[in-house]
Amino acid sequence: MINNIKKLVKDFSLAELRGGMKITAKEMVNKKITVQFPEERTPISPRFRGLHALRRYPNGEERCIACKLCEAVCPANAITIESEMREDGSRRTTQYDIDLFKCIFCGFCEEACPVDAIVETQIFDYAFVDSREGSIVDKAYLLEIGDKNEKAITDIKAEDAPYR
Amino acid sequence: MTDFWLWIHALIPWFDGAIATILIILIKAIALVGPLMLVVAYFTYAERKVIGYMQLRIGPNRVGPKGWLQPIADALKLMTKEIIFPSKANIYLFLLAPVLAIAPAIAIWAVIPFDEGVYVTDLDISLLYVMAIGSVGVYGIILAGWASNSKYPLLGALRSASLLVSYEIVIGFALVTVVMIAGSVNLNDIVIAQKGGILNWYWIPLFPMMIIFFISALVETNRAPFDVVEGESEIVGGTHVEYSGMTFAVFFLAEYANMIFMAVLAVILFFGGWHSPFEGIAYLGVGFAWVPGIIWLLAKTTFFMFLYLWVRATFPRFRYDQIMRLSWKVFLPWTIAWIFVVALMTQLRIGPWF
Repeated sequence: MINNIKKLVKDFSLAELRGGMKITAKEMVNKKITVQFPEERTPISPRFRGLHALRRYPNGEERCIACKLCEAVCPANAITIESEMREDGSRRTTQYDIDLFKCIFCGFCEEACPVDAIVETQIFDYAFVDSREGSIVDKAYLLEIGDKNEKAITDIKAEDAPYR
Repeated sequence: MTDFWLWIHALIPWFDGAIATILIILIKAIALVGPLMLVVAYFTYAERKVIGYMQLRIGPNRVGPKGWLQPIADALKLMTKEIIFPSKANIYLFLLAPVLAIAPAIAIWAVIPFDEGVYVTDLDISLLYVMAIGSVGVYGIILAGWASNSKYPLLGALRSASLLVSYEIVIGFALVTVVMIAGSVNLNDIVIAQKGGILNWYWIPLFPMMIIFFISALVETNRAPFDVVEGESEIVGGTHVEYSGMTFAVFFLAEYANMIFMAVLAVILFFGGWHSPFEGIAYLGVGFAWVPGIIWLLAKTTFFMFLYLWVRATFPRFRYDQIMRLSWKVFLPWTIAWIFVVALMTQLRIGPWF
């Protein structure tokens, strides 16, 4: 009986509606959590695996020695490598293609590489120009990415090094 | 305010007789509908902003500074979009429906007193006019549902019709209590009867009626949490499914014009219309005497419009049978009971209201 009356009073005083509206009113003046993407970015972990890059040594020599370990370890068969002997007798790649549609960004290529040539950067906002062939990035493109972001790559690798 | 109309007459002396009358009617109509459409446009912007803020987002902010041009961009987009006719629809009815929706939504504004003597027309039965024209508005929705020749719009139309039948009665009884106290069905007289400060307004003796009226207004205007007529998650978009471009925009305008109207009506019936809340209070009353009545009316209306958005951001949608139960088993007995309470209060002359 008492409980019924209590419930009746609670119902007719719209207690629960007022409680709900109090919450929305409170949230309205709270700080907003939206990140305005192109201008602001969320922090990215140094272990983030984004677009690939091929690195060079400080003297300008490309690191990749065409050992094809990355090609072998790649679970998605996204990497294609052709190699030849260069004039100075060293083994170098003539073709280094990554199909970014096939790639699953697992980072195995980076771990397999004995000379730290192929790395995955923090770049994620890239786009393919056209359809199927557009997704295949070649050696020149990867080297360019590496050249442009050498500083960022060294920094994040140094940051992550103590934990590897 | 009759001075104002005389002044307009003086402004166009080279017209007289019928032409002047028609011109003045035209000026009145434009002076009403122009700002109304602007308010509707920015009400949609306010809705997106307020609901965004309540969900810890910041809402539209890309078009123009802080997103202020967003409604203009929306309007341009809707105007330039193609109108698609369903192949088996009745095209005449299909096009008539949005017109039937918007015409009452605008015509209903004719009797609203914005300030002492500021109205398009002073109708003696304006409250009845409001009830009558308000009911006509639903024909647009029903016709849209029927003419689309599609199942979801038809379901929406059926829901709309049954909601109208249920809640028109509740609103009617709630209005009867107001009429009983004011002793008039003229909106102008109802506001004048509430003369005095905030304590003289009808929201105190009619507090339950005010809440019932507001909730019923939500149902009448198909607003969340009672938006079963549109019900995006149940019946896709209800009566709007087959409409695109400008035909859809017209429905949209009608819906929002109705919402704003219901807010104004609530202010006029329960919150003293254009009267200042400080009237009759020693210093505040004098201090705020310079504020024109229309500012008070708009301020109160803005609060009710905000309440619409607040409610929408807070509550989940009612189930259809729950809405029906609310009308017939809760609101109707309460309104009828309150009619007797008001009759008693009127006889005993309680408070400053009677």
